[in-house]
Amino acid sequence: MAETFTLEIVTPTGVVLSEEVEEVYAPGEEGEFGVLKGHTELIGNLTIGRVHYKSRGTSGEIAITGGYAEVWPDRVNLLVDTALKADEIDLNEAKRELDEAERLLEGLSLDDPDYKKTRDTREFARAKVEVAGRR
Amino acid sequence: MATLSDIKRRIKSVKNTQQITKAMKMVSAAKLRRAQEDIIAARPYADKIQGLVASLSKAAGPETNPLFLKPEPEDGEKTPRLELVLMASDRGLCGGFNSTLIRTAERFIRENSSKEISLNLIGKRAFEHFKDRERVKSRALGIARPSYALAEEIATELMDGYLSDGSDEVYMIYSEFKSAITQRPVVQKLLPITPPKEEEQGEETYEEFIFEPSQQRVLDSLLPKFVVVQVFRALLETAASEHGARMTAMDSASRNAAEMIGHLTLLFNRARQAAITKELMEIIGGAEALKG
Repeated sequence: MAETFTLEIVTPTGVVLSEEVEEVYAPGEEGEFGVLKGHTELIGNLTIGRVHYKSRGTSGEIAITGGYAEVWPDRVNLLVDTALKADEIDLNEAKRELDEAERLLEGLSLDDPDYKKTRDTREFARAKVEVAGRR
Repeated sequence: MATLSDIKRRIKSVKNTQQITKAMKMVSAAKLRRAQEDIIAARPYADKIQGLVASLSKAAGPETNPLFLKPEPEDGEKTPRLELVLMASDRGLCGGFNSTLIRTAERFIRENSSKEISLNLIGKRAFEHFKDRERVKSRALGIARPSYALAEEIATELMDGYLSDGSDEVYMIYSEFKSAITQRPVVQKLLPITPPKEEEQGEETYEEFIFEPSQQRVLDSLLPKFVVVQVFRALLETAASEHGARMTAMDSASRNAAEMIGHLTLLFNRARQAAITKELMEIIGGAEALKG
């Protein structure tokens, strides 16, 4: 059995998750990265997406918006603006948000001031749909 | 002299008031507890961000990001412009809470009268006081607990103003929550960012760390977050202070009402006794006259 380390997901409104896990996959700014125990010390920017973790046969997923990952050999802290577990997401609501954002995005040009915001909304909606849909 | 029914009416009205102040005290106590929980819940995140900024900014130096140090404007003779954020509450009936904050702001404005000050007011009470001044922006808090989204909105607006050269400095005045009885107004410089000092027992240094994509990129995205976190903390502290102040104010109002009821009851009994005595005198007087 793989060795475990502590995964903590912290948002401005509280600690969302604190658990012993074996593996974590997080969406880094330059692509997804995985962490096992004993990883090199690292600080990385996170983008919107899914955090995936495994521990003792069970696994979990959490949808996050951007933030930071702080990786120590024996623990991982994720500092993010928002983090939602599968049971906190309304799948239909998230699907509706995703459709709405995609529709809006088609009408926006790349240099529209709202473009980035709408794209972020879409990405987060997509992450929520993926997390909730897998339940 | 007040008649019996007059006094009775007054006792009843004071009792009604007391019921209201008691209820308000209970509500504030419940809200205060929630607000304190919010402060505690926000702490881990804020501490982490602060630790990261402290460590990274020491390595990076102040010239690396305009949020630390803005290049001097070329026409150096301009009056410095300062944006002041004042956080107060939407509603009154909370003792000296708002007036203390407003007084602090007034003093701050006097001390910085050489600068061009624009006000950014949060909470209706602050706006009502300063609405006749020039360069005033304001927003109401609403009844909900302060959300991180609200802090983000306020902080983004402040940073945009600062970076687009609308202001040279940003300060905020908020109420620090010490306890339900003590709240202290605080003046804090928000922008340009003063790098926080590292904790004394600094076991958590990030010197050995790899940064992805790069240390500078991480710091650049971290600094705006740091500003938001500070605004968020100030909002939470102010909200907790407001509820604390209201709870204390309503508690003493309830006690004053009880005292007043006691006083009025005494008056009522005295007046009743006087009326009885007077009636007796009349009866005795009448009887005496009949005996005659």
